[in-house]
Amino acid sequence: MYKYDHFDQSIVDARVAEFRDQVNRRIAGEITEDQFKPLRLMNGLYLQLHAYMLRVAIPYGTLDSRQMRMLAHIARKYDRDYGHFTTRQNIQYNWIKLEECADLLEELATVEMHAIQTSGNCIRNISSDQYAGAAADEVADPRPWAELLRQWSTFHPEFSYLPRKFKIAVIASPEDRAAMRLHDIGLELVRQNGELGARVFVGGGMGRTPMIAPEINPFVKADDLLSYIEACLRVYNRYGRRDNIYKARIKILVHEIGADEYRRQVAEEFAHVKTLGIDPPLAELERISAFFAPPAFDAADVEPDRSDPDFAVWLDQNVKPHKQAGYAIVNISLKPIGGIPGDATSAQIDVMADLAEQYGFDELRVTHAQNIVLPHVAKRDLHAVWQALREAELADANLDLISDIIACPGLDYCSLANARSIPVAQKIATRFADMDRQRDLGELKLKISGCINACGHHHAGHIGILGVDRKGVENYQLTFGGSGAEDVSIGKIIGPGFDEDGVVDAVEKATEVYKTLREGDERFIDTYRRVGLEPFKEAIYG
Amino acid sequence: MKLLTGNELRSGAVTWWTGSGWSLHVEDAVDVGEHGEAVLHAEEGARRVNAPYIIDAVATPQGPRPAHIKDRVRALGPTVRPDLTLKPADPAAGDWII
Repeated sequence: MYKYDHFDQSIVDARVAEFRDQVNRRIAGEITEDQFKPLRLMNGLYLQLHAYMLRVAIPYGTLDSRQMRMLAHIARKYDRDYGHFTTRQNIQYNWIKLEECADLLEELATVEMHAIQTSGNCIRNISSDQYAGAAADEVADPRPWAELLRQWSTFHPEFSYLPRKFKIAVIASPEDRAAMRLHDIGLELVRQNGELGARVFVGGGMGRTPMIAPEINPFVKADDLLSYIEACLRVYNRYGRRDNIYKARIKILVHEIGADEYRRQVAEEFAHVKTLGIDPPLAELERISAFFAPPAFDAADVEPDRSDPDFAVWLDQNVKPHKQAGYAIVNISLKPIGGIPGDATSAQIDVMADLAEQYGFDELRVTHAQNIVLPHVAKRDLHAVWQALREAELADANLDLISDIIACPGLDYCSLANARSIPVAQKIATRFADMDRQRDLGELKLKISGCINACGHHHAGHIGILGVDRKGVENYQLTFGGSGAEDVSIGKIIGPGFDEDGVVDAVEKATEVYKTLREGDERFIDTYRRVGLEPFKEAIYG
Repeated sequence: MKLLTGNELRSGAVTWWTGSGWSLHVEDAVDVGEHGEAVLHAEEGARRVNAPYIIDAVATPQGPRPAHIKDRVRALGPTVRPDLTLKPADPAAGDWII
């Protein structure tokens, strides 16, 4: 894992001191809320429905046990004993007091964490593949590149006031586990004749105008990558619309001028940027990469005893192959039946930290699907890990099944939301609580957003649910056919919306249609793509 | 009726104008009628409330009920965590929101 150097620590400490002063001046009445609001947002502090909410950055979703324990400590000391892991691999606290926020940030800084650039029109937390460094199919570890981008984007003076927020994802596998093409910039590291570079996709996103990022460059050499991304941002910063918030994201620019013209402008800008010498020297890249060297794998390749049927189901569903023989990737589901997707108590967060320290080379990952990963667990230890998770109510074996639902906080917490998301997720998970039934349905990615901003990624759900406000009453639209994976697609609305119970019934009817029509090993989305919407509409609307 | 609501500056907690001060409980809220804007500006200026705004509500025997579901959620707390609402001992409290 990356460790802060003197510069990293200094700028984070200085920011905490600066924000403490700003908070004090706000409380003393020296600045108004209008003056203070952009300052607190630059430090991740929102005002939500019930209280201030703090969003803490977890760079590319990677953290160690010391940091994870700090997250538990924050939940215990400053919040109400829990935190909410988000679809951008961060964590949010829902009940923060303004007067305690600087103390909180000061404690976070002691473990090299902060809340900078988790809001505002800047480059947000870089997201990545939660299996980085462990996946057998990766061509390189994407984390050194994500870390380089983190350093480049932190307090970048030119990109601190972009037309709109900006999200970058980096992956290095053909299998996309990070919804890469639904980001403002998506990078897929690839090798061409042995040389490392990246496919660059620009102009994806969800929100009210979902778009899949077109490929802007099929191969940018690693040596040029930072300059190329700088050029991508410069074109956007210059021509992105600032007159209309709904048309301000880069996806609108790329769409309006066309990918070809955008590509041409980036190439022109790149020729200039390349003369500025911003690409890091090899020594710096090697310095960063050294932090992500593989751990000392030494476990024998022994298959775990599958005689306990519950353990066997968990192995089959939540444990994934590792590139190193003798090891496995453990997915910890934060989606208990009837629970709140992404929430974990401070005690559970501590348990996960302990397991990472004891069994996982001290590494954890947060996934965009609001789960936690222990990326490197020896197969011989899997049973012990599962037992500890079960004791902490963290052993639900539902990864990628219908109850592994992504849901935004919705109207229960969020001031932007139009409808509640979490109760719908709870009802669907409860309706499909039977594990045999879930497993029979197979991979089915269900995603719920409480408003058009799409924090719950409903556009990318095999089944998506969007909550809307219909004359003061919650109403839920269903979309089918979305995917955030390498077969990326945007879901389509299937027809009129439903009330809360109605949408649960509609989802159940859709699964029945799938079971009737599926062929071979088809997933729900495969069947939908083959047969189209009509059979589903007929069953749901009669 | 019209209610004046906002959040406490220091804690961020939801508050309701009672006619003479602020309360965490919507039951204590009073109809501000045409005077809402004036109270809003005075209280915001004095930093006794943050981000205040005026909402529509309906008078009921149990007290004012905000017209919009968002303000009813604000008044009680998250429906999915009854233990964190203002009425944790009342399992039916959430019914008031819907």
